[in-house]
Amino acid sequence: MIRLELTRRPQHSALFSLVSPLLALALTLLAGVILFTWLGKPPAAALYSYFIEPLTEMWSLHELAIKAAPLIIIAVGLCVCYLSNNWNIGAEGQFLMGAIAGSALPVLAPQFANGATLPLMILCGMIGGAAWAAIPALLKTRFNANEILTSLMLVYVAQLFLDWLVRGPWRNPQGFSFPGTITFNEFALLPELMPASGRANLGFVFALVVAVLVWFLLTRTLKGFEVRVLGQSPRAGRFAGFSPAKMTVFAFLVSGALAGLAGISEVAGAVQHLNEKLSIGYGFTAIIVAFLGRLNPLGAVVAGLLLALTYLGGEAAQISLGISDKIARAFQGALLFFVLACDTLIIYKIRLSFGGRRATGSV
Amino acid sequence: MGPSGKPTLLEVRRITKIFGELKANDAVDFDIAEGEIHALLGENGAGKSTLVKMLFGSLQPTSGEILWRGKPVVVSDPATARKLGVGMVFQHFSLFEALTAAENIALSLGGNTPISRIAEEARALSQAYGLPLDPGALVGDLSVGERQRIEIIRCLLQKPDLIILDEPTSVLTPQEADKLFETLERLRSEGKSILYISHRLEEVKRLCDRATVLRHGKVVAHCTPSEQTPASLAAMMVGNEVAAVARPASIAHGWEPLLEVRRFDQPARGPFSVPLRDISLEVFPGEVVGIAGVAGNGQGEFFEALSGEVLQKRADQVKIAGKDAGRLGATARRVLGAALLPGERLGHGAAPGMKLSENLLLSRHASDRKAMLGGGILGLVKGGAVKRAARRVIEAMDVRKSAEDPEAAALSGGNLQKFIVGRELDRQPRLLVVNQPTWGVDAGAAAMIRQKLIDLSRAGSGVLAISQDLDELFEISDRIVVMADGRLSGSLKIAEATREKIGILMGGASPAHHTGHMEDAA
Repeated sequence: MIRLELTRRPQHSALFSLVSPLLALALTLLAGVILFTWLGKPPAAALYSYFIEPLTEMWSLHELAIKAAPLIIIAVGLCVCYLSNNWNIGAEGQFLMGAIAGSALPVLAPQFANGATLPLMILCGMIGGAAWAAIPALLKTRFNANEILTSLMLVYVAQLFLDWLVRGPWRNPQGFSFPGTITFNEFALLPELMPASGRANLGFVFALVVAVLVWFLLTRTLKGFEVRVLGQSPRAGRFAGFSPAKMTVFAFLVSGALAGLAGISEVAGAVQHLNEKLSIGYGFTAIIVAFLGRLNPLGAVVAGLLLALTYLGGEAAQISLGISDKIARAFQGALLFFVLACDTLIIYKIRLSFGGRRATGSV
Repeated sequence: MGPSGKPTLLEVRRITKIFGELKANDAVDFDIAEGEIHALLGENGAGKSTLVKMLFGSLQPTSGEILWRGKPVVVSDPATARKLGVGMVFQHFSLFEALTAAENIALSLGGNTPISRIAEEARALSQAYGLPLDPGALVGDLSVGERQRIEIIRCLLQKPDLIILDEPTSVLTPQEADKLFETLERLRSEGKSILYISHRLEEVKRLCDRATVLRHGKVVAHCTPSEQTPASLAAMMVGNEVAAVARPASIAHGWEPLLEVRRFDQPARGPFSVPLRDISLEVFPGEVVGIAGVAGNGQGEFFEALSGEVLQKRADQVKIAGKDAGRLGATARRVLGAALLPGERLGHGAAPGMKLSENLLLSRHASDRKAMLGGGILGLVKGGAVKRAARRVIEAMDVRKSAEDPEAAALSGGNLQKFIVGRELDRQPRLLVVNQPTWGVDAGAAAMIRQKLIDLSRAGSGVLAISQDLDELFEISDRIVVMADGRLSGSLKIAEATREKIGILMGGASPAHHTGHMEDAA
């Protein structure tokens, strides 16, 4: 019998820290080739329409920015959470609650339309996301409840709440009974960046600004130092006088607020009204973005663009080759899987051993 | 042949293990006869664990050989050790709390034996050896003593000829310990050999046939415990080496204590934690106070209480420089002038994956706020100032390193300890509380650190040093107090302290019996 054995490296491999994301990408493409061949589609054409075609036209670059913005904004917040060892899996819920809280103003008070509308909406969106994220944080610090479970379960609550709102109290009376709110007034919409060539909006600028700000926070300030110390060595953090409980609340509030910002930017940007189809998994995909970007906010920008490409490519391949859009999700899953698997190589050496169980037997 | 005419089971010849620059074991010789309980004695860091790990195959010796029933063997891994007939019961258990006792045993045995058979065998063994145990019980519900029984039965099921017990009574109540001794005596009467690691001298004297004493990695004595007293065993463990550190006479710098602990009690905080009882202590300017004691008698808990990682119930239970500090956290205590140095370097005193300059910031961000941080609530780190301070420490303490600003984990233990001691000394603290100042540090670095602690006190600061190394405390202290079972003895002036007096107090003997010998210097 052949066995794979993992041996711990004495030090992290610098080589594999660089190579691992590229290797993961290559393996994902290979998996794509196998998948498309198995589906009976020409793999080269499929990969082309997935990864190259969306980059060849101006309007689709705009679409790329639109898709990437929420992914980057959410992932940047998740970087703070994950670096501090707080496992917020519920960014999708915080994204939705941010969208809902931010939409309250244009939906409930459409007559309030002036220059203050959009800033207020953004503020409300961030507060909404942060408030939703505060729940798992407080459950963790007060009752030691596992934040992975609580934050994840709150996603479903947020999804159902949104569904109820847009079918019930917030439904557009002129909407022919379709679920969804009224379309926002022009003061409630994010301005477009270059209206001449496409519909990319201010959200992408938010993403870049947020990434740089959080990168600065993490690398240049005492607060960022606190995040990293408590994440790497909680005991050393307590020795330094930092409080793990306060850090949990801080990290969840930051990532919740950013998820909320992404939510309201999405509604006020690309969608222009609130509807039940808002939840397409940005909050979960952002987890992949955060890890693919090595929990570095600037890395998240690159990773966010890459993942946005898989969304666009999925749509393109659906049109040109008739491949189900579910394949895009399969791609994303494969990418995360390969990223995590390849990261093993940074810490471990892999060795093949031949022959049966070791003669010495039981452990 | 062993001394009692029984055949020798295991013999170790000139075994040496070197870690970097540290000789953890230096040409160690000893042997165990069949049907013998053999004690391995030594202070923390004396090399006991290293030796045992080589016998059990978790470490490989640098040189020397191991003979099993007279034949040289290579114990390449724990599985090989088990096959030879060596079983081990670790100090900290490796059990899954959510599984039953029998399931835990089955996991470690491997193979396809049905759990019901294992449960039966375990039950039979537990009855035969007087180790009451319900194989169907969930480990999570069991006491520490019962969990240890699972480990012992798991070990016995593999029918070992030699059983290694690593500080088995350190987690047991006296009653549980008595039960364990009965079991061990029964095993001996069946011809099994036991290697018994402990620093509880009373129980070694009571239980063990022979003892090997290690100090700084070398065998200092083979002896028969029944012919020794706990005090003479302690003297062998801690040694009588000449102090190489200069300790000028203490100059009184004032009578306002820099640290004052008043009638401080703290209940046990977990299953492995020691309760602290009625502790009172003062540290004055210009002196070094040493706290002696065997590991696990409350020193770690006391340090955490002083450092502010665990707060006191009342603010006046701990005073730093005359100010109530009992309800203040580590940061506020540092601002009052205290410097704190935990015993564990990696992961407590320093973050392993962070650079030295970042580790400097770890304990200095509040006390040196003006120098190292810019304005704003988030605190802009002045990288240049922090790096300069780190360089200053590195030069002052002669820290050897391979890169400009390496990660803490990349330094050897001695060099990292020099760095984190220097990190605190660099700010000239009024009070330094240090746990295990030179634990696992090579002799040269240790002497340097000790000298620096004395120099700090002579400059008018107060130093409180907690250590298990009695040699060290005799070198640096002006007064010594002993911690045993969560209590602190009265203090002994260094001129009046002897190894015997300290040794008796360390062995956990009730101080009431010995107060006649001691002058309370406080």
